[in-house]
Amino acid sequence: MYSQKVMEHFKNPHNMGEIPDADGVGSVGNPVCGDMMTIYIKVKDNRLEDIKFKTYGCGSAIATSSMITDLARGKTLEEAMKITRGDVADELGGLPPVKMHCSNLAADALHAAIEDYYRKQKAREEVKK
Amino acid sequence: MSTTRRIYMDHSAGKPVDSRVAETMLPFMKSAFGNPSSLHTYGQEARKALEESRAKIAELVNAEKKESIIFTSGATESNNLAIKGTANRYKDRGNRVLTSSVEHMSVVNPCKYLTTKGFETVFLPVDQYGSLNLGALEKELTDKTILVTIVYANGEIGTIQPVEEISKIVHGKNAYLHVDATVACGQVPIDVRNEGIDLLTISSNDMYGPKGVGALYVKEGIRLEPSLHGGGQERGLRSGTENVPSIVGFAKAAEIAKREMQAESERLVKLRDRFIEGLIKPLPYAFLNGHPTKRLPDNVSVRYSFIEGESMLLSLDLQGVSASSGSACTAKTLEPSHVLLAIGLKHEEAHGSLMFTLGRQNTVEEIDYVVGLMPGIVKRLRAMSPLTPKELNE
Repeated sequence: MYSQKVMEHFKNPHNMGEIPDADGVGSVGNPVCGDMMTIYIKVKDNRLEDIKFKTYGCGSAIATSSMITDLARGKTLEEAMKITRGDVADELGGLPPVKMHCSNLAADALHAAIEDYYRKQKAREEVKK
Repeated sequence: MSTTRRIYMDHSAGKPVDSRVAETMLPFMKSAFGNPSSLHTYGQEARKALEESRAKIAELVNAEKKESIIFTSGATESNNLAIKGTANRYKDRGNRVLTSSVEHMSVVNPCKYLTTKGFETVFLPVDQYGSLNLGALEKELTDKTILVTIVYANGEIGTIQPVEEISKIVHGKNAYLHVDATVACGQVPIDVRNEGIDLLTISSNDMYGPKGVGALYVKEGIRLEPSLHGGGQERGLRSGTENVPSIVGFAKAAEIAKREMQAESERLVKLRDRFIEGLIKPLPYAFLNGHPTKRLPDNVSVRYSFIEGESMLLSLDLQGVSASSGSACTAKTLEPSHVLLAIGLKHEEAHGSLMFTLGRQNTVEEIDYVVGLMPGIVKRLRAMSPLTPKELNE
């Protein structure tokens, strides 16, 4: 059912964990639906210096989370915002059609984390003013 | 993580055919291939085998006579024939059909279908163990009720229903009782006459016979609308040349089940209880689904909080163990099992369910092996999950 790449990431997920002093945090999904993921990012000079994930869900939810951290690490924020759900699925060698919608949330979580970073930056600037 | 070892613990999804059964079937594919409706020697030979098989199925459930057994293509067809066949035949008596909220889809969907044809279907509630709420049955059982259809024991949580009590209530209102014994028949003794069952669904593969064959017991005097119209086989209820090799295999499986049931169920109950304890005790937030004792001997259904079933199944499969889950991720519908929701679980609790159904090949050693794997699997997934309370990961 799953590609070998998905199974590799499921077996040995990359960058699993939390970043306690994260610059941005994005959570998407819902335990009621069976999938929920949180992405933590550290930003330096407009680049994703560090990225980690925590995920509740099925095999593809875990694999997509792991994959997005690989895809996004080192990218500029603008580049990272352009990573799509499709990119994640393609890099994993495809996902079963039924999983494309429900468990392919990693790109959304990454975007939410970056938006959270922008929001926090903005708030900080307002304080400075 | 990879291994060549394979342990099969998903017997309610499919069972191997017993080698004694497979051997019995072979001659009926090669030499005794006649059509039971033919007059010549080949036909008579097939007819004899067919009728002897019918008698063996009748014997397993203590039916009054072999003619009460109708062969079908399996449990789904038997359930359809029983439910639609009774409702359509007796629609002059009323339009109400009662069932439970822990039925297999092959009961749920015929019942829903009937509502598009002017019938009323009520899905009765169950308690936290999955046992039918008898008070609700009494309340909903009106004079308009033609049929009550209840599972003997649910395959996902293993809970055995109080069939005799249900029967007394149902017959008190002159309705018919259909019991879906797909998973139970062959595992636990069933006596249609003593338990007051009017129609009984029986599955071949669930008792180590071939797939694609089953039976419906129909008590003498009950008339049904046919499911297939044609040459009039199976008392006109289910036309089509009888699948003699499979029926012969099914009967052999029934004969073996009857003979070996007691010893095997005693063995399985010991394995089951050891397994349940081993899965739950070593881990916090681990729970049993279904009734602790009124339970099928083969059924082990548990749930772990904060993690999801499919990821547990994948982890087990990587280590050679085949199981199943009621999580949405393992269902075509992307909804968690309606059975787990009916016993009061929240969606996220149902997603964390894990089911093992044991069989004749499983050993104590295999149980202990799987028990040994689970803490590692659960802890790894919990460490990944944002839902896990911090102290659990320390």
